[in-house]
This record gives sequence, structure tokens and C-alpha cells, in this order.
Amino acid sequence: MNRIQTKLQDNKKLLSIYFTAGYPSINDTVSIIKDLETNGVDMIEIGLPFSDPLADGPTIQASSTQALKNGMTTELLFEQLKDIRASVNIPLIIMGYFNPMFQYGVEAFCKKCKEVGVDGLIIPDLPVDVYHKEYQAIFEKYGLINVFLITPQTSDERIKYIDSISNGFIYMVSSASTTGAQSGFGETQTKYFKRIGDMKLKNPQVIGFGISNNETFTQATTYAKGAIIGSAFVKHITNNGPKSIKNFVDKILNK
Amino acid sequence: MENYNVDENGYYGEFGGAFIPEMLYPNVEELRQNYLKIMAEPDFKAEFDKLLKDYVGRPSPLYFAKRLSKKYNTKIYLKREDLNHTGAHKINNTIGQILMAKRLGKHRIIAETGAGQHGVATATVCALMGLECIVYMGEIDIARQAPNVARMKMLGAKVVPALSGSRTLKDATNEAIRDWINNPVDTHYIIGSAIGPHPYPDMVTKFQAVISEEIKWQLKEQEGRENPDYVIACIGGGSNAAGTYYHYLHEKDVKIIAVEAAGLGVNSGESAATSVLGKEGIIHGCKTLLMQTNDGQITEPYSISAGLDYPGVGPMHAHLCKTGRAEFMAATDADAMNAGLDLCKLEGIIPAIETSHALAIFEHKTFKPDDVVVVSLSGRGDKDLNNYIDYFKI
Ligand SMILES: Cc1ncc(COP(=O)(O)O)c(C=O)c1O
Repeated sequence: MNRIQTKLQDNKKLLSIYFTAGYPSINDTVSIIKDLETNGVDMIEIGLPFSDPLADGPTIQASSTQALKNGMTTELLFEQLKDIRASVNIPLIIMGYFNPMFQYGVEAFCKKCKEVGVDGLIIPDLPVDVYHKEYQAIFEKYGLINVFLITPQTSDERIKYIDSISNGFIYMVSSASTTGAQSGFGETQTKYFKRIGDMKLKNPQVIGFGISNNETFTQATTYAKGAIIGSAFVKHITNNGPKSIKNFVDKILNK
Repeated sequence: MENYNVDENGYYGEFGGAFIPEMLYPNVEELRQNYLKIMAEPDFKAEFDKLLKDYVGRPSPLYFAKRLSKKYNTKIYLKREDLNHTGAHKINNTIGQILMAKRLGKHRIIAETGAGQHGVATATVCALMGLECIVYMGEIDIARQAPNVARMKMLGAKVVPALSGSRTLKDATNEAIRDWINNPVDTHYIIGSAIGPHPYPDMVTKFQAVISEEIKWQLKEQEGRENPDYVIACIGGGSNAAGTYYHYLHEKDVKIIAVEAAGLGVNSGESAATSVLGKEGIIHGCKTLLMQTNDGQITEPYSISAGLDYPGVGPMHAHLCKTGRAEFMAATDADAMNAGLDLCKLEGIIPAIETSHALAIFEHKTFKPDDVVVVSLSGRGDKDLNNYIDYFKI
């Protein structure tokens, strides 16, 4: 079984953290992953930086720009992750835009993911339809789980379709927005979380976008299996440096 | 015979498609399901045609450029899109899309702009229809196209600077897409070129197709035949080109020439000649030819002309290039500036710098004396006066 699937069976709410590879410094990638695991994070999204991150707000845009300036590349990320499975056990997901993967070669990219021990991918601009038609077989050949997004505007019919193609979890975007755009959940969001919960999908849901503290983490995980924090974490290490991870995670988990 | 139009899946050969984040899916899907239906409605067509006639001033003249023809010893016709209201072809598309937006019940309009022509054309139709208008424009372009920024503001639009990346057209497009993600219900995004996710390239092409529709009967009147030997247009994203080619795509006797911006030279590192420098990739929701690093990072193009300063081309043009249906050429900053000044002196027409790129190819390609060559004069040069002044120290 894929590490993501195993983790989803844990009898607890999951905290997943996104960070941008090669940020703040080019060689921070591995130490950030290790520190996140040591401090109790359940799953990690490693951001593969892209020059034109359409779905991201200013915080993740800036971290991507800096990571690219630092010299981050696809090849270098795989190089950095080469020995990661000697010490890290939690699921690792690469989150990135499609063009860099397309240039690397989708099959070569998937093969490398398997080699270094990456378990899944989140590719916001690879639509589920295209994935299903052109790439699903390749992902499955290398045992990778591809995670799809849904939003409050996604129709029930499409959610069911996405559920049928997925075999890990569904990434539930809390509100229609780019990353880092809002803080706190209102009635609109909780209604939407409930609506999706009531659909009894085969894949568990993990909520992302707009989660930044213990309060929003708790709210999100009341309705879903887990929650993903991105911009708030990137902001935290921007302000406090990559050695301050314990402090951030403790606050989220109210430890 | 090869099909150069979009297929039912939104592709031109291997190019096109809709590579969009799920957040945009409902909007793009709504458009995809409705655009052809709406465009075929008699009252939509009537309203579109009436506005093009009474408001834009169509048909735009097809003008035989006598002195220019003499200089290059061939027969050159200029399709005068510069005489349209707001000074370029861009308004054909914004009229069409604002009517589309209204029928889809949208009341907030966003757009990206490079040279500011599309921004002005969007602000104009928003004023016409009384709709809110927000235009994203790269910070660098705001500086080099100041008169158009002022125009947009006078027309009631809000101009938002794009501060990310190269701060030009690509980044303005990113910001417009982000705005759409954040405003998924009430907003229509009027893309200004034949780019973006399906159905945009096809919809924009169809609104611009009026250009070649008119050329056909105008040329028939003047030359006794509908088909010229060549149609020529400059290419940023490719909307004036798409409109100029559309009715000739499957006419074998009509040769198609596309002119890209070579900047300081195709291999100078400061260029926007996508067909030479680009590889297949994904930008702004479509698969097309794209300037990028080996690692798939989109690179910063360069051209003196803000409207051609884009690292991709529309998927239709990528297909025309790949299949060899169109001949792709490139004009440098210097080629274009000189050709622009030349047109002023020879024909009394001050062209936009984008357009000047199309005119520049007469220095590089020889036509036969009886060839009929139609050039899309996509826009007028008023917006570029400062650049002409700086360049020629006028
Ligand atoms: C006058 C003029 N011509 C051409 C272009 C290039 O755009 P497209 O390739 O979509 O026609 C622009 C863009 O701003 C323009 O203003």
C-alpha cells in the first residue's frame, strides 16, 4: 500500500504542511522535511517551484521566485531527496505545476518520484479529464497517487467523477481563491464542508487554503480527515527562519 | 486535408486544450458549453454586427498602398484595423465578449493588457455597457504605454499593476487569472488574444474573423478575386493574425505569413520569437509553443513592442507553424521601427509598433510584381509616439 493510503487509515486527524523546495535557502529542503516529521506533522507537500504559479497568492509566489533564484531545478530536487527514505517515513507529495513535469517527461518524472520515495503528486493545472485520458496509466505504473482539487463551485457530478478517479484523498479547497487569500471560516465554508461530508465519497477529504492556526485547523478537521497549511507556514519560515518549525507546529496542534 | 480549425476537444492538432486549475473549471466550462450557441443566436449576431458597424466603424477599409507597393514592386493592400474605434483590431473581440458576458449574466469584467490596446478596448465596451472593469497591466508596460493607461482611467476602468515576474503581458495575464480564481461567480475574463484555455482561442478567433470576411469581398471589388496570394500579420498571442487568416486557412492558393518580434535579434537572448525559441509547453491554460528553460520555467521575452512581448503564441498558430501552413518570420526592433517610419513617409499612416513588425518583412522577402499581398494594419501608432520619439530622437 502507498504511504498516503496507510496514513489515511490512522485513527487521527492529519496535519499536512506545504513548503517550497529550495526556500529560504537552496539546501533547506531536506532539513525542513526532517524537522516537520520530528515535530509531528503527518504528511508533507514539497512545492516544486514554477515561474508562473497561477493558483498561488503572493506568499507562495514569492517563495517560488526566490527558490528559482536560489537555483532550484527538478533534477536538483530529486538529487536532494535521493536519501530521504533513509530517515523519513511520512508520506511525501510533490506539488507543482504541469509544465516543468511535462518538460522533464511525465514518465521520467514519475519514475524518479518512485525511485526517491515520493508517494503522490498534486498538479493544480493538470485537469482530471486530461490526467484520466493521457497520464493515469503512467502514474499507476509507478504507484503514485494523484490528488485532485475540488472547490465550493465544483458540481456534485464532477465531485463524484473526481472521487471515482482518485485513490488517496480529495483536496478540498476551502473557498474559491488563490493560496493564502483569506483567514478564518464562516458559515458558507462550514456548509460546504458539511455538504461534501454528506456525499459519503470513497476518498477521505483533506481541507486546504485559508488554514493558518489552531482554530482554523480544528475547524477544518471537524469536517475532514485532515488539513493542509501552506502560506502560513511559508510566511512563518520567512519571518523566523527554517529552524523555527517546532514553534509553528506546536501552535497549530496546541501542544 | 489538414484541419486548421479547433476540433471538438479544443485542440488544433496537438496544441490547445484547457490546462486549468479546478477553481476555473466551472467558468471555463460554462463558456465552453455556451459560446457557440450564443454566437449563433440571431439577436446576438444582429447586436454584434450593429455595434461593429455603428460603434466601431466597420467595415474597415482595404486600402491599396500605392507608394509602398511601388517601393517593393508588388501589390500591397493594407487592412485598416487602425481606423477602428480605439485604434486597433482589439475592439472586435471585446465587443463580442462583452455581449457574451452579458448573456452569461456576468457584471464584473477583468482583462489583461500589454500595449494597453486591449485594455482600452475592454474599458471602452465596459463603459458602453455600464459594467465594472478591472485591467491588469505589467508595471513596465504601464510606464511605456502611458497614454493608454490614462485612456483606460478616463473610461472608468481600474488599472492594477502586475508586479510579479517580468512585469509585462505574461504577468498581467497571471494576475487576471488569479483574479478570476478569486471571483468565480460574477466575473467574466475578456482575454485579449487568441490564447488561453479552450474555448478562448476559438472564440477570439471567431470574433476577429470579421477581418478576413471583409477582406474577401473588398478584394473581390478591387482585384476581381477574393483570394490574395499572401496574408500577413504580426503575432503577439495571435488575434489579429487569426482574424486575418481565418477565412483563408483552407484556401490552398493563399499563403500565410506570421511575423514575430525578434527583439534585438532572434538569438540575442532578448527576443520574443516564440516559433524559433519556443518548445511545446503549457502557458495560461493551453498547450502551445512556449519560450522556456530546459527545466520548464517560462522565460522573459523581450520586444520593443509591448503587444508582442509574450513568451507564447496561440495554439492555432503553433499548429500553423508545426504543419508548415504558415511561414513564420521575425522582425527586430530596428527592422520594425524603420518600417513604421517608412509607412508614415510613404502612405501618411502612423502604425502601431506591433504592426510595424508585419511591415518590416518587405525588406527581407521579395514578392512578385503581380502578387497581391494583404497586410493586417492591426493598429495605429498614437500610443507609441513616445517610443518613436525616443527611438528616432524626433
Ligand atoms: C496594434 C496591435 N497589433 C497587434 C497586437 C498583438 O496582439 P495579437 O497578436 O493578439 O493580435 C497588439 C497587442 O496589443 C496591438 O495592440
